[in-house]
Parts: sequence; C-alpha cells; structure tokens
Amino acid sequence: MLEIIQLLGHGFVTVFEPQNLMLIIGGCALGLFIGAMPGLGSVNGVAILLPLTFLVPPTGAIIFLAAIYYGAMYGGAISSIMLGIPGASTAVATTFDGRPLAKQGMADKALIGAAVASFVGGSISVVLFTFFAPPLAHVALVFGAPEEFALMMLAFATFVGLGGDDIYKTLFSICIGLVLSAVGFDIISGEPRLVLWDITGFLHGVNFLVLAIGIYGIGEMLWTVEEHALGGGKSMLSDANVTVKRTLSALRELAKTWRATVMGSFLGYFVGILPAAGATPGSLMAYGLAKQISSEPEKFGNGAIEGVCAPEAANNAASTGSMLALVTLGIPGSPTTAILLGGMVIWGLEPGPRLFTDHSEFVWGLIASLYAANLFSLLINIAFIPVFIKVLKTPFTILAPVIFTLCLIGGYAPTQDMHDVWLMVVFGIVGYLMRKLDYPLAPAVLAIVLGPLAEPAMRQSLIISEGSLMIFFERTYAGPIMVAALILLFLPLFKIIYDRMRKPQPEAAE
Amino acid sequence: MTVRTAELLMAIMMGTFSIYLMVKSAELPIGWIEEEGPGGGAWPFWLSTIMLVSCGGILFNWFRKNGPIAQSTRTYIESHVLGDVAAVTCSLIVTVALFSFIGIYGALPLFLVFYIRYMGKHSWLLTSVLAVAIPVVIFYFFEITLKIILPKGITEPLFLPLYKIFL
Repeated sequence: MLEIIQLLGHGFVTVFEPQNLMLIIGGCALGLFIGAMPGLGSVNGVAILLPLTFLVPPTGAIIFLAAIYYGAMYGGAISSIMLGIPGASTAVATTFDGRPLAKQGMADKALIGAAVASFVGGSISVVLFTFFAPPLAHVALVFGAPEEFALMMLAFATFVGLGGDDIYKTLFSICIGLVLSAVGFDIISGEPRLVLWDITGFLHGVNFLVLAIGIYGIGEMLWTVEEHALGGGKSMLSDANVTVKRTLSALRELAKTWRATVMGSFLGYFVGILPAAGATPGSLMAYGLAKQISSEPEKFGNGAIEGVCAPEAANNAASTGSMLALVTLGIPGSPTTAILLGGMVIWGLEPGPRLFTDHSEFVWGLIASLYAANLFSLLINIAFIPVFIKVLKTPFTILAPVIFTLCLIGGYAPTQDMHDVWLMVVFGIVGYLMRKLDYPLAPAVLAIVLGPLAEPAMRQSLIISEGSLMIFFERTYAGPIMVAALILLFLPLFKIIYDRMRKPQPEAAE
Repeated sequence: MTVRTAELLMAIMMGTFSIYLMVKSAELPIGWIEEEGPGGGAWPFWLSTIMLVSCGGILFNWFRKNGPIAQSTRTYIESHVLGDVAAVTCSLIVTVALFSFIGIYGALPLFLVFYIRYMGKHSWLLTSVLAVAIPVVIFYFFEITLKIILPKGITEPLFLPLYKIFL
C-alpha cells in the first residue's frame, strides 16, 4: 500500500515535468475536440495521431494519447447534448436525456452534469486502477506462453460471445486481422511468408497502423461523408446559456445525482475491463441501471439529469478499466487500447506483466497522468464550453480534408513506403464497404495488434508440450482462462440450441 | 444493387480471398515438424481456413435469409450518396498516385482545393489559405521536427535549399 503511494508519487514527478504537463493539457484539449466532433471518437483520434508521437519519448507519447482518450470521453457528451448526435459511440446513451434537456433550454445543466459525472467516474476508476493493477501484474508475472495465449483467446472469445454482432462476421474479422499480422516473415524459420501477389512491399509485413488508420481514419470518414449526404449535412444546434450563476446552481443540483453517478462509475469500470465490452456498452448499461434505481423512472428519456450523469460517469470509468488489462496483462480492453498497445511495441516496450518491473517509470507515469488528465479535462471542458459549441459549427467539408491529409501522411510516416499508403486506402475502402454490411471491424484491429504476440505464444506452448493441445487446459491459470474462452466462444451456439429446443441440451456442453 | 446482393458478393469475394490465403500459407510447411513444432505456414493456414468456414456460414445465412442484412432489399449505396463517396474515394486515389510524381507538396494542395472548393463550396480565399497553410504545417512538423522525409517526386530539387537551411 505504502509502496504503491510512493510509486504513484514518482509517477506524479514524471507528469509534472513541463513537457509532459504540456502534452497532457494539449492531449485533453485535442481529445475534447475529437470527442465533440460527430463521427470522430477516441479510437479515431488515437489512430490518426499516433504517428505524431514519434517525436517524444514513450512516456510522453502514451501520456499524450491517454489524455486524448480521456478528453474524448468528456467531449463526446458535448455533441450528444447540443446536436443530439453522439460525438462518439461511447456517448450514445448521453443523447437519451441530454438532448431533451437541451431542448428545454437546460443545455448548460446537462453539459455541466456530464462534465462533473465524467470527473467522478474518472476519479473513482483511476483510484481502483491504482490499487488493482500492481497485484494483478504480480499474479501475471508467473504467466508463461500458454497463459498468454489463453488470455488472448479469451479476448477474442468475448468478441464472439458478448460482442453482439454476427458470429461468422466476428470470427472472420478476428481471423483476417491475425492472418494479416502473419504477413512478412515467419518468425521462427525466418522464411518469407504470405508475400501477397509477390509484391515486395508485403515483405515488411502489414503494419497495424496501416489497418487502424485505414479503418478508423479513411473508412470512418467515408462513412461520415455518406451520413452527411443522407442527412443533407444540416443539424440543429441548441443554444446554451452559460453564466457563472447558472453554473453554480447547476452544480448544486448535481448533488442529488450522486447515486447514479457512483453506480455508473463502478459498473463502467468493471465492464471496461472486459475485452470486447468497453465504454459503449458500459454507458448503455449504466443508463439502464440508473433508470432502474431511480425513484422517478418515468422522467428518463424526457430530460432526467441522472440519465446524463450515469452514462458519462460510466464511459470515463470504462476507458480507465480497459487500460487495466493493457498494462498488467498486455491484453487491450478496447479498440483504442489495442492501438495504444501497438504504439507501445513501436516505442520498444514489451507489453505484459513485466512492464511494472522493467518500465516502472513508464507505468506509473501513465497512471499519474490519468489523474492529471481527468482534472484537466474537467477544467478545460467547463471553462471552454462556449468554445466547444462554436467548434461544432466547423463545416465537415473543412474538417474532412484535414483528417484525410493526416491519414495519408500518418500511413506513410512509420515505414516511409508508398506501398503502405496504398494499402491503407484499400483497407479504408474495403472497411467502409464491409461496415455497411455489419462486419465488426474492431476485432480485426485488436487481432492485428495481438497476432505477433499470439502466434509465438501458441508455437512455444506447443513446442513445450510436444504438440499436445492439453497444455492449454492442464496448467493452473491457463486452464480456467481457456475454459472460460471456450464457453464464451460457444455461447452463441448454446443460445441457438436453447432457442430451438426451448429446453437446455446436456450434450451441448461438449 | 441491394444490400442482400452486396452481402452475397462480399462473402464470395472474401471466401475467394480466404482460399488464396490458404494456398499462399501452404507455401511453407503447415504440418508438424520434428524438433521445431508447427511449421511456419500452419498458423495462417488454419486461420484462413476459419475465415473460409465463416464465409460459408455467412453464405448459409444468406440462403436461409437469416438476419437483417440477408433480408434487406434496401439499396446498398443510394445513388445521391454514391456520387459524394465516389468523388472522395477517387480524389484520394488520384492524390496518392500523384504523391510519387509531383510529390506531396504538389498533390496535397490540389486535393485540398478540390475538397474545400468543389465539395465544400467554400470561398476561394479560405480555400487558398488552407491549401497553402496545411502543407506548410505538414512540412514543418514532419520534415523538420520529426525528420521524416515525405515523397516529393519531380519537385525534389526545389527542396534542396530548404534542406540546407533546416536539416
């Protein structure tokens, strides 16, 4: 306990270095902007901006990206409330009551409620994070290759079992990500492998950023171009009357929402830890829970402030939760953290439990930066509400070319090969076409990041066991994890059988 | 084209791609090698097999008309949307193609002018300011600060004096 506080103190020393502090403030402001713009969320921001972080050391880079992640969770609420369009998928639940409040002329109350709830959610989860992470990392230190592989299987299985998308499409998405990560060279024999169409550009593999920027940059923008063409690009911006007096009275009113906010925070945090879940389902679940525990559930949907606070607290808490598995186990809990994991590999850090011992400064710097980012996001958010509302008026036809430009250059920068830029454009277009058919794409991004870690883990395990798959089931930690993964993997199948038979089938357990 | 037709075409395309990946993986040993463990092609081969099976599943659902996509008779991309999406996509492809010939600093301003002026219908003043300012910021950030040299094509000689000053 004392040791943790001491380490956290060291983390704060890192955070308060002028450069890092600037990165946090800049990251929060940028994240708020990205979150506020409809069509852009934390994952898009982190993917597009990752190449810019090559400039600073790893600690600075992750602090900056984590601040963007955090800021975006705050910012998502702004367009949910003001435009009725979620600024990011994580803020969908915020529209349910935020929009009615804005229509009733209480946009300022909703915005402040969202900001304060985000702060509470962030604070609770970051404290939980601080005390959960070191023991978890300690347990994970004994993990070998079979455990690592089992954990990754669990991450993929949650997408299939709990992702809610078409099972075949989810499976396809996971496998294509894993196969793309195998392009280049066989790590063990050193032979060229999967050099598609014998194009030499594939010899250096498919960089995860090429896929991530392709899908979350170019594909997402094409998607938004379509939405604009469908909606005529017109939306109704509400007015917000923000004065000091109104702000103070709004803050006083928030006292009665504490129950919803705190519940949302805890729920969001634990949902966030699950690999496939993340902030979007976390916030939706928190909304549902807040409605259930409320004494006036009929007010929900017509402008209940609790309906804004609970999901906003949950999405911030979930974003912290998803980082827990990232830094302790090396398993990302959300698409955004998957990209952060890829970044860590680029910066030369090996993700996994050893991070805590080998790169203690990095980990504690990151944890301390979450405290700071949370506070700065709140301050910047409340202080600049009018500015962010103006930002929402930025025409899409100016924002889009700037983002496309960043994507094209961001795709070129890591390897400095035009082949990658072409590949990124192809991924963007194909990704857009697949998304229109409800193919989930987040699993592919997670898979291309985890692929280079999963394959050696599996091959090493099989070498240890001389080819027996039982190694994944016989070991103390790997066994239960693998069984859980298999249950999740076959969960949709059980459901189908159950629905067909209307009674549980004992044979289906095999 | 309806969503249902698009679903069929996509599944067939991805299925074919999976078969290609399986064949390509099989260029390396996909079985067990004594003392070495699984061959280098095994991992991608079996994953591509799962991809193929998944495509089979998608096709099965398509024939059985299971799920909203397989039943949908909506148009896959509405014609008035198609124009915008195609214009953006083509402009991106042309821009990337031009990178290698007239360089980033030749292609980017053209792309920005196209997008801001013709897609966005903004004023010439705003268009020209952005078409100049964005490439300048990019040059400063990537080439000077990050020392990442971006492709310049035939415009390379024009940058030699700038390299002398900054690099």
